[in-house]
Amino acid sequence: MKSFSKLDAIVATLDRVNVDTDQIIPKQFLKRIERTGFGQFLFYDWRYAEDGSLREDFELNHGRFDGAAVLLTRANFGCGSSREHAPWALLDYGFRVIIAPSFADIFYNNCFKNGMLPIRLSEQQVEELFERARSTDGYRLSIDLEKQTISDEQGAQFRFDIDPHRRESLLKGLDDIGLTLRQEDRINEYEARRIQFQ
Amino acid sequence: MPRTLFEKVWDNHVVHWEEGKPALIYIDCHLVHEVTSPQAFEGLRLAGRRVRRPDLTFATIDHNVPTWSRLLPILDPTSKTQIETLEQNCKDFDVTLFGLDSPHQGIVHVIGPEMGLTQPGMTVVCGDSHTSTHGAFGALAFGIGTSEVEHVLATQCLIQSRPKSFLIELEGRFARGVTAKDVILYIIRTIGTDGATGHVIEYAGEMIRALSMEERMTVCNMSIEAGARAGMIAPDETTFAYLEGRPFAPAAFEEAVNYWKALPTDEGACFDRSIAIDVSSLAPQVSWGTNPAMVTDVTGEIPDPDSLEDENARKAARRALDYMGLEPGTAIEEIKLDRVFIGSCTNSRMEDLRAAATVIAGRKVASNVRAMVVPGSQQIKQQAEREGLDLIFREAGFDWRESGCSMCLGMNPDILEPGERCASTSNRNFEGRQGRGGRTHLVSPQMAAAAAIAGRFVDVRQWEN
Repeated sequence: MKSFSKLDAIVATLDRVNVDTDQIIPKQFLKRIERTGFGQFLFYDWRYAEDGSLREDFELNHGRFDGAAVLLTRANFGCGSSREHAPWALLDYGFRVIIAPSFADIFYNNCFKNGMLPIRLSEQQVEELFERARSTDGYRLSIDLEKQTISDEQGAQFRFDIDPHRRESLLKGLDDIGLTLRQEDRINEYEARRIQFQ
Repeated sequence: MPRTLFEKVWDNHVVHWEEGKPALIYIDCHLVHEVTSPQAFEGLRLAGRRVRRPDLTFATIDHNVPTWSRLLPILDPTSKTQIETLEQNCKDFDVTLFGLDSPHQGIVHVIGPEMGLTQPGMTVVCGDSHTSTHGAFGALAFGIGTSEVEHVLATQCLIQSRPKSFLIELEGRFARGVTAKDVILYIIRTIGTDGATGHVIEYAGEMIRALSMEERMTVCNMSIEAGARAGMIAPDETTFAYLEGRPFAPAAFEEAVNYWKALPTDEGACFDRSIAIDVSSLAPQVSWGTNPAMVTDVTGEIPDPDSLEDENARKAARRALDYMGLEPGTAIEEIKLDRVFIGSCTNSRMEDLRAAATVIAGRKVASNVRAMVVPGSQQIKQQAEREGLDLIFREAGFDWRESGCSMCLGMNPDILEPGERCASTSNRNFEGRQGRGGRTHLVSPQMAAAAAIAGRFVDVRQWEN
């Protein structure tokens, strides 16, 4: 798995609550059998009109967010389908960090498996970041996973919470499967005492 | 110490745990389908790994399959590739596949219970969020991403933080014309789409005990729509009676039942949260917006976004009404429909089809409506045909299709055209879910059936069969 420690990048905003994974990556693009190449389809129905042209009413199409690697959004981001194609699409498009007041469980989990960092902040802190991103062209945030901080050039600084195990895995880019396989003796032992009926 | 159903199942599956860290838990049953598995199998190949327990791994093909005749070719080359990839993977890794030619093919969450693979006290996972369905048996069942699918294939385990617990007690009996679907829609409407995030729900109470297994599956199925990690119902005589004699049910059935009987939540066990809901006066529910909490009574009207307190909720409701092409104040019963879809892992089982058939028997689908029924599995399709339900549907003007996920998510050719409005027995009314620009209203099978005949929503409690 890819590791993550620090990032300083432009922030794109998506001011909507309950963004579901069907919006992040619509179903017609789930038929690929690879993990890559999904970025072009990210937020497809919101990004493109039916004739394939860019929709001006969609925030990510605004030039000011070009090159953004941080996505700032609202509560319950990534709800709905378990499709890991959603973080794959966000990552492939260029996002490494997503900041929101809350995330859906499966999506949150899927992010870590792909070297992405979802950060939960309070509603109030998220609102403040939205304000700052609105009023500053090319607004950037520095994220430091080791120190668990988010800061900007104007002096805003927030600390964020993260499960220590997830933090460790992400910092080191650990391979979960490799780690679990090292516990094979324990798995064998469990299988020997496992409850099952013939 | 008294423990909850969830705690018992969790504790029984901990392979290893250290204080302050997530646990390594064992998975008893891993269900696999064509959409979320190809990258996982590819990962195994690249790392030279094998499937640890092919005997606990079962695959089917459901998301992509056309629901027209199985004799016709699959026209979409990318769907065809994905299906063939699963067939090859199952062959290479020795996994049992209930493929397109199998009499047991069907929606993964329909066939698991149908074959007796899902049993009380088990851990069940699948790369699909509606895995919560299997919790109806008192299993701990939840959806996972593709990386975790690979993890389970390779190790038969998952690294999981222990979720919190949430008791939803349901009291009262619902009226004729009101269903388990209305109950779960009402719950989501009440607690919100993130109302149970990080929690495993246990549904309990007098109302739940009175439900059939199929109704319990409908309730647990949509737990994810409230954000829950899983939904569970304690096993009881209804559960045991359902399981007995199914192909994968334990041969030592009595022994198993004795173990299962010890699973229900102990008296005095603590939950992190709890609510109680009385369903006695519940009306049939209809979704009006673009998430499954945007729901109201069939006798109600489209709400006014300006009446909402929270600014984010107001904006979301305005967006939803704009997408749905609806005006505040419109009565639900005035909403006209173009399509009706009866199917999905929420509502495609025998009881759903029988209930819908009762509503439409001897009537005709309205001229403005195209309606289809997609049974959840080949077994259900055959049983329905033995009971003559296919004839009732066909004579009324419904399409009678082959089994699969179909228009619940529209990965196959069954999709809405832009602007089309659909009464759907599925689980998600997200923008574009059933086809770009399509407008989905979530309802029960009875409500969908009555809407197909009337051409608009009607209160099925008033329906004369």
